[in-house]
Amino acid sequence: MISFLEFEKPIAALEARIAELRATASDSDLDIESEIAKLEKKSAAMLTSTYARLSPWQKTQVARHPQRPHFLDYVKLAFTDFVPLGGDRLYGEDQAIIGGLARLDGRKVMLIGHEKGHDTATRIKHNFGMGKPEGYRKAIRLMEMASKFGLPVVTLVDTSGAFPGVEAEERGQAEAIARSTEACLALQVPMVAAIVGEGGSGGAVALASANKVLMLEHAVYSVISPEGASSILWRTPDKAADAATAMKVTAQDLLGLNVIDAVVPEPTGGAHRDPVATARALADAIGSELAGLEGKSSAELLNQREERFLAIGSL
Amino acid sequence: MSWLSKVRNSLSSLAKRDTPDNLWMKCPSCGEMLYAKDFEANLSVCPRCEHHGRIGAQARFEQILDPGFTVLPTPRVAENPLNFRDTKKYPDRLKAARAANPYPDALTNAIGTIEGIKAVLGVQDFKFMGGSMGMAVGETFVAGVERAIAEKCGYVICTAAGGARMQEGILSLMQMPKTTVATRRLAAAGLPYIVVLTDPTTGGVTASFAMLGDVQIAEPGALIGFAGQRVIQDTIREKLPDGFQRAEYLHDHGMVDMVVHRKDLKTTLATLLGYLNRKEVA
Repeated sequence: MISFLEFEKPIAALEARIAELRATASDSDLDIESEIAKLEKKSAAMLTSTYARLSPWQKTQVARHPQRPHFLDYVKLAFTDFVPLGGDRLYGEDQAIIGGLARLDGRKVMLIGHEKGHDTATRIKHNFGMGKPEGYRKAIRLMEMASKFGLPVVTLVDTSGAFPGVEAEERGQAEAIARSTEACLALQVPMVAAIVGEGGSGGAVALASANKVLMLEHAVYSVISPEGASSILWRTPDKAADAATAMKVTAQDLLGLNVIDAVVPEPTGGAHRDPVATARALADAIGSELAGLEGKSSAELLNQREERFLAIGSL
Repeated sequence: MSWLSKVRNSLSSLAKRDTPDNLWMKCPSCGEMLYAKDFEANLSVCPRCEHHGRIGAQARFEQILDPGFTVLPTPRVAENPLNFRDTKKYPDRLKAARAANPYPDALTNAIGTIEGIKAVLGVQDFKFMGGSMGMAVGETFVAGVERAIAEKCGYVICTAAGGARMQEGILSLMQMPKTTVATRRLAAAGLPYIVVLTDPTTGGVTASFAMLGDVQIAEPGALIGFAGQRVIQDTIREKLPDGFQRAEYLHDHGMVDMVVHRKDLKTTLATLLGYLNRKEVA
């Protein structure tokens, strides 16, 4: 059962009507069957047209949809033979950032990403995808291991931001993020990052300073949440939609700004309506970027990654 | 009108003295009334409570560099590529900040010597849009590091920023990896990178170049952190520990090498550069 977002209400109403008709049409009532078919066609058309012109704020809601596939779903649907590797060897094990060895269509990779969880228990376990210093330091450890063994690094980014808490600050949240970004830039192997949901600020960039950066069609990536920007710049929490538009947070905007390299299409109605198809498209897109980077020397890879970021902002 | 005002107004010499508002100032920490010139002569440190006031690039250059330093030009960058507007247009905010500040953006570099040792010094100015890091700050940082590499000397930066410049959206976030590319190049050249964290340094600046120094110095009492205190308070819903995110707290938690009083900063930097420079350049 799909839970509908606020802007999907007209579609939800149609779907409810269809369900109602189905319940009454116990005998093969041809009139009702044709009515259902008509309504289903209308609902599908409405879904297509709604998702073809989502506003930046609506995309933010889709990117945060509770049923959107997360890291562990992609581990099952897009990768095989996943071997999770735990701990930063310094303090602890952070389940907000998961990593390990995996295969993508047979190709060996080091897979790292944020996991938000899908119900109360798993959301708490994964701290809503908000990484702590030990999570970023685990990512650093795994990236260094990937360099050592020649494994390309694939990251799936999906976080509202790094965890803002007392203990995270005490253990050096800022330093951990800075070093994780540095570790991405120091990789001797190819790195492909995909923003699959929310790319929230420094907590995202620490896992996304890659050779190639992809975004799912309805993912968002921004320097601060639209709510945060609204309360700081407009001094009210009510301007999040305006802030999302002004900050240019969508995959389509970021492609135009050369911040990302490609947009991975989502099924009609968003990734949560067909996680299998989404995972297939994501796997294909990552695979083709990896294929393009294979055979490049580590010097070429390092240089391409550096130039990519140096170019942003220089005239 | 009181009789005193009547008398005063009749005597032109006593009428409304033309005193600048900033002759006296109140220490923001202990409330002591301070003669502004004395405060500045004391490196903008309160003589009573040792509160380290926020200072701009020019004062910092003069305090740290030997006389005869050269302020380097701020590189030009694309302006307002997002066509950003909140309650004001971004170019209007930039214009106002430029009118109120001596330099064109929040980070300015100078080259000179520190007790005879050559260095490039970058200073972030909190008064310029909260010191925020946009493309100009990123590009200036890269230019400062490149100059240091060309001159075979160290790069020292005094940080002060609320974080990334929201008006530049994702392009400001991309300055985090961009400045990190620069610190890596400085390291590859075997040159020292020293960070002086000043009040306040938070957000994306702390989470990138401000935490990557070979040596991390903090000024006494400086607020240094990743997340803002209000955000953390809203998350944990309890009182924050005493001195949380202050320089001394970071030192206690192993996040900075030392907390250095402003009067000792120049000598400390010279000593460190003397140790870390492979061959001393006089």
